[in-house]
Amino acid sequence: MSQTVEQVQGVIQKRYAAGFTTDIESDMIRPGLDEEIIAMISAKKEEPEWMLEWRLKAYRHWLTMKTPNWAHLNIPAIDFQALHYYASPKQKNRPQSLDEVDPKLLETFDRLGVPLHERARLAGVAVDAVFDSVSVGTTFQKELKEAGVIFCSMSEALQEHPDLVREYIGSVVPHTDNFFAALNSAVFSDGSFVYIPKDTVCPMELSTYFRINARDTGQFERTLIIAEPGSKVSYLEGCTAPMRDENQLHAAVVELVALEKAQIKYSTVQNWYPGDENGKGGIYNFVTKRGDCRGDDSRISWTQVETGSAITWKYPSCIMRGERSAGEFYSVALTHNHQQADTGTKMIHLGKDSTSKIISKGISAGRSNNSYRGLVRVAKKATNVRNYTQCDSLLIGKTCGAHTFPYIEAANASAKVEHEATTSRIGEDQLFYCRSRGLDEEEAVALIVDGFCKEVFKELPMEFAVEAKALLEISLEGSVG
Amino acid sequence: MLKIKDLHVSVDEQEILKGLSLEVGEGELHAVMGPNGSGKSTLGYTLAGRDDYEVTSGSIEFDGEDLVEMEPDERAAAGVFLAFQYPVEIPGVNNAYFLRAALNAQRKARGEEEVDGVNFLKMVRESLAELEMDESLLKRAVNEGFSGGEKKRNEIVQMAVLQPKLAILDETDSGLDIDALKLVADGINRLRDGKRSFVVITHYQRLLDYLTPDKVHVLSGGRIVESGGPELAHRLESEGYGHLERASA
Ligand SMILES: Nc1ncnc2c1ncn2[C@@H]1O[C@H](COP(=O)(O)OP(=O)(O)OP(=O)(O)O)[C@@H](O)[C@H]1O
Ligand SMILES: [Mg+2]
Repeated sequence: MSQTVEQVQGVIQKRYAAGFTTDIESDMIRPGLDEEIIAMISAKKEEPEWMLEWRLKAYRHWLTMKTPNWAHLNIPAIDFQALHYYASPKQKNRPQSLDEVDPKLLETFDRLGVPLHERARLAGVAVDAVFDSVSVGTTFQKELKEAGVIFCSMSEALQEHPDLVREYIGSVVPHTDNFFAALNSAVFSDGSFVYIPKDTVCPMELSTYFRINARDTGQFERTLIIAEPGSKVSYLEGCTAPMRDENQLHAAVVELVALEKAQIKYSTVQNWYPGDENGKGGIYNFVTKRGDCRGDDSRISWTQVETGSAITWKYPSCIMRGERSAGEFYSVALTHNHQQADTGTKMIHLGKDSTSKIISKGISAGRSNNSYRGLVRVAKKATNVRNYTQCDSLLIGKTCGAHTFPYIEAANASAKVEHEATTSRIGEDQLFYCRSRGLDEEEAVALIVDGFCKEVFKELPMEFAVEAKALLEISLEGSVG
Repeated sequence: MLKIKDLHVSVDEQEILKGLSLEVGEGELHAVMGPNGSGKSTLGYTLAGRDDYEVTSGSIEFDGEDLVEMEPDERAAAGVFLAFQYPVEIPGVNNAYFLRAALNAQRKARGEEEVDGVNFLKMVRESLAELEMDESLLKRAVNEGFSGGEKKRNEIVQMAVLQPKLAILDETDSGLDIDALKLVADGINRLRDGKRSFVVITHYQRLLDYLTPDKVHVLSGGRIVESGGPELAHRLESEGYGHLERASA
């Protein structure tokens, strides 16, 4: 007869299709972290002087900080002196167009399903591809330029639009914010820069694909999106890394600024290498993401599908500064094997009549641990604030854990804050029902999980919803229960 | 078609079926009746291959194959269908999508071509119409928020689309209003083509009036204790199971 949950669990191994390595020579700065290294990074990128000063200030502050000790994560000590803070594929000159990019790099992104060259590039989606510490190219540059949209790598932005960068960088996530934000501010290598001019609807989806390739490196990207009054943009990031036995650090900072009536939709499909079934290797994903609804009637929406990484620590947050501004957070976080995720959001209401919505779906399988941590804070002067939080956990098998930590700090009595939470185990009943209709065990689990995530998937741009669904299915292989 | 011999089944170490034997021939419809807790649903679950329903001895032969060794989805593909006494809700999963996924999974397993969206829709629409069910149920999540009767009828829609060789209907008539009962009975009768076999678990004569079973069995204490023609059901309706308890004690 059929096997029990425990027997099936762990029999089949999880496949990680993005686990290959690209054999390409790498230009690396020696391992370690000090002011000289930071100056070298800044020099390699030919940055303006003020940028180096800014980095050094962040570094000096970082030195005064302690590694955080989070309650629900078990994080081995990281030797920050053993890491390389800069690695880039060796290229003679900076490629001026995609034609000049090393074919090996183009091939890598092809294999990852993100073709960059003109023939095959994704229709309607402009892609910035980041390989280790540098951007290798951005598609649809010309079309975007015509619309007045700036979409380029952070390095390029520092060359071409230094004043814009200077005005906004650190204005949402200051370098003092937390340990990893401070580290990122000191050593960030590349990332994407987006600027949408006034009253402009960005003509296509923008997306960045992050790829870690080199060994013993950290990836510290920094992304900045500025939406001028009345503008609108949808942005998506995807990430993968090779399978390696050692852990690798990814500490990004993302800052979003939405001015009056502007709308930013930021979606993430995160599939960093999660480590093997025994918990060896994998990416440490410590990310600070924050959106500032700076203008009245502005709106920022985070959608994330998190399936990868050994450890995930991220709380994409919104500050509702403007009146009637709105923040949204839709999240699917899946953990399997020995993965740990501590994720959630912060909704900080400063403006009157501002609203926020949180839909969080946590799925745990194997021996993993999945925590949701959410803060809703309402400032004293913010009247008529509304928040709705729904937080559901789904357990697959009996050796995983799900935890929910909602924090509500309402300093204004007119606030309406609603919180709903459920935890359920994937039902033997549901599984058997599906199987009795002809679906095999994995199809059945995928179907049930897909149903569980429906509310979040429908927030993703169409092409990516399909990808996210497929990703969940792969990530769930062998988790059956 | 179905040959069950001296079947013993335990759930959580507790023996529930205790030497059940039953043979259902091709094209036949057998009714299984019996008191609450006698093991009727256990029989259905065991035939469909539910986890934790452990066959400790005896055998089940279906279409010449040993059913006990097969996974639930393999049994489904081989043509076994169980209409659940309590159909399960699957939140967020579209009812039509679910049924099509199931149909195509079965067809794939049998090496048949998959059914495309258009043809599938035609099939379901027909079945829905026959059961007088609203098409909006297709767009809703599987069984979620369905009324008791809607859930039961949805099982019959699934059966009609999946076209099994053997259908086990576990109290599909319970909780149906008089009109719905007639529709469900018609739905079953339409599928009776002289080849397809049925095991109909029920507590009531009413359904059997429409179906005219070839045989009626009484399951009590995990065993078939009495078998007969349609008249047996009538007798049970008037006499109840009182006399059996003494017999099997
Ligand atoms: N997991 C279990 N552990 C122990 N006993 C169980 C378990 N599942 C079912 N049983 C018992 O097995 C017996 C048969 O149950 P079953 O559901 O097959 O009865 P039934 O004939 O379908 O009853 P009804 O007419 O009420 O639907 C009951 O006494 C029930 O309590
Ligand atoms: Mg029953």
